[in-house]
Amino acid sequence: MAVIEADGVWKIFGGDPERARRLAVEEGLSKAEVKEETGSVIAVNDASFEVKEQEIFVVMGLSGSGKSTLLRCINRLIEPTFGTVRVHDEEVTAFDDDRLRQLRRTKMSMVFQNFGLFPHRSVIGNVEYGLEVAGIEKAERREKARRSLELVGLDGYEESQTSELSGGMQQRVGLARALVNDPEILLMDEAFSALDPLIRADMQNELLELQEQWDPACTILFITHDLDEALKMGDRIAIMKDGKIAQIGTPTEILTKPADEYVRSFVENVDRTKIVPARTVMRDLRDDETVAADGPSVSPHTPIAELLPILLDTDGLLAVRDSKGTLQGVVSQDAVMEEVVENADGARRRDARAGRADEDPEAAVA
Amino acid sequence: MRLDLGDAFAALIEWLQNNFEPLFDAITVTIGATITGLEEALLFFPSWVMIGLFTVLAWWVASRGVATFSLIGLTLLEDVEFALFGLEIAFGMGLWDFTMQTLALVATATLLSLLIGIPVGIWAAKNDVVDAIVRPILDFMQTMPAFVYLIPAVVLFGLGQVPGVIATFIFATPPCVRLTNLGIRQVSEEAIEAAKSFGSTPSQMLFKVELPMALPTILAGVNQTVLLALSMVVIAALIGAGGLGDPVVEGIQQLRIGVGFEGGLAIVILAIFLDRITQAAGEKAGSSTSQATT
Repeated sequence: MAVIEADGVWKIFGGDPERARRLAVEEGLSKAEVKEETGSVIAVNDASFEVKEQEIFVVMGLSGSGKSTLLRCINRLIEPTFGTVRVHDEEVTAFDDDRLRQLRRTKMSMVFQNFGLFPHRSVIGNVEYGLEVAGIEKAERREKARRSLELVGLDGYEESQTSELSGGMQQRVGLARALVNDPEILLMDEAFSALDPLIRADMQNELLELQEQWDPACTILFITHDLDEALKMGDRIAIMKDGKIAQIGTPTEILTKPADEYVRSFVENVDRTKIVPARTVMRDLRDDETVAADGPSVSPHTPIAELLPILLDTDGLLAVRDSKGTLQGVVSQDAVMEEVVENADGARRRDARAGRADEDPEAAVA
Repeated sequence: MRLDLGDAFAALIEWLQNNFEPLFDAITVTIGATITGLEEALLFFPSWVMIGLFTVLAWWVASRGVATFSLIGLTLLEDVEFALFGLEIAFGMGLWDFTMQTLALVATATLLSLLIGIPVGIWAAKNDVVDAIVRPILDFMQTMPAFVYLIPAVVLFGLGQVPGVIATFIFATPPCVRLTNLGIRQVSEEAIEAAKSFGSTPSQMLFKVELPMALPTILAGVNQTVLLALSMVVIAALIGAGGLGDPVVEGIQQLRIGVGFEGGLAIVILAIFLDRITQAAGEKAGSSTSQATT
């Protein structure tokens, strides 16, 4: 079942939005042409998508592609100009202020690129903010805030000032603040982009692990400009360009069947073996097969490049287990080899294209 | 037809006087009672008790240096006489009562400035139209020579301390409005979005996020307001507001250099004392709300 449904969402800044939309739809003018003609900026152009229960849905695009605006249309930090947003079949775009606040307090919370922490509040004061404005009593919200801080590994820092913490720790506070009211939906706006690469990888892994452990798991709408991050985190990915969604698909679909030149130019330089996780090549265990309970196993998020050495040491199948140890599926040498070969094919195609890069500016940019 | 701005303004003041007399009387009574109450409270204890209290306050809010300055400076304002080894020693300017009168006037004017200036500043921060209207009015209040609005103040509120407070209020309010406006506009967009995204109502947003984050800037405005209020003391004395302006005016009128100097020095001591204390209060607030460094 869909948790979030966006249907024909537009965000047009300035000018005459009706006219801007008409020009874009009926006369097929581009974003730049519409701006020239009407002065209106089309930030989001007819975006429709569904986010399923408990999945991580990534919206990926370069800066200016409208991805952050689209995210803000979901919790209406920005009002969509046209279109509807539904959460659990309720039309959020029709909510009055009270219902909208109720939604934000109980079901949906957000993590920000530059953390958006309140510098006048201690760490725990930041975390309990959402409960405080919802009118939860002090003892209860302290308790919940403490648990939330524990979840992100910041126990002991309750009374610290946020300015004393490193960037990675500050974003943990941001995450704890967003998780404190057990939201069903987590909106993450380039949440890890401001962190340095090592910390970013840690946070990505921890979020994936947390999401596995939660019961019921959060549904996450994740915004990023980083394709590697999108492929690593996303159950499904939407790629945005100039306010439009160019393609929606699983990481494998995006990599193997790019919908247009733009998506292709994005993905063709990717070393897929370092990105494609085990879960995309794994399959269910067949009745006539077994894996040893104490044998080697990998997490569903391990990239296949790291599977190869382990597979070479195992004869047959490699178990894929989540962080609770439950068997998710198995990976065979053949499946991994297939991916590797396909990756090599992609590289060959890439080389062929590079030969005529001069006449194809898109490819040259990529 | 000739439009005479001066005559028009005079007519406006006369019209106000004729039609709103009860209102101006009520303002006069309220402000008058506030000043008198404050003055009596400040003069209730002997001066050495007050000097002790001010010194402790300076130590607590600011630092030991400011406390030392307060002790010496404020003692200079009083008459001190004592005998040491049979030697009669006397020093001090004997201006304690005047100083407390001035402090009461400055405190009342500052209170009025904050009471009106902070809400107006918040409103201007939230609404660009209000901001556009308020801005030139503030310029007017700050640059129009104070003597000019002393005249209508006297017409509407009579002679004495009340028109002094009104004139001081007009002169001292602008920085409070401006810095409140600035402080709230400077709150980071992401903090605002975060507060919204967790379901804050507009008043929760104002009191839990915007005002606390703007506090250091607002307190800088309060500091400016206090100092501007103090700088109006001499002018206010011209219309009978009393206080430390009196010896200065007396010095000017009677060419008594010494009297004028003492009055001026007393104002400087009071100014430094108030400045250091309000500034330290602002810094204290600032250190707990300093922006996160990333």
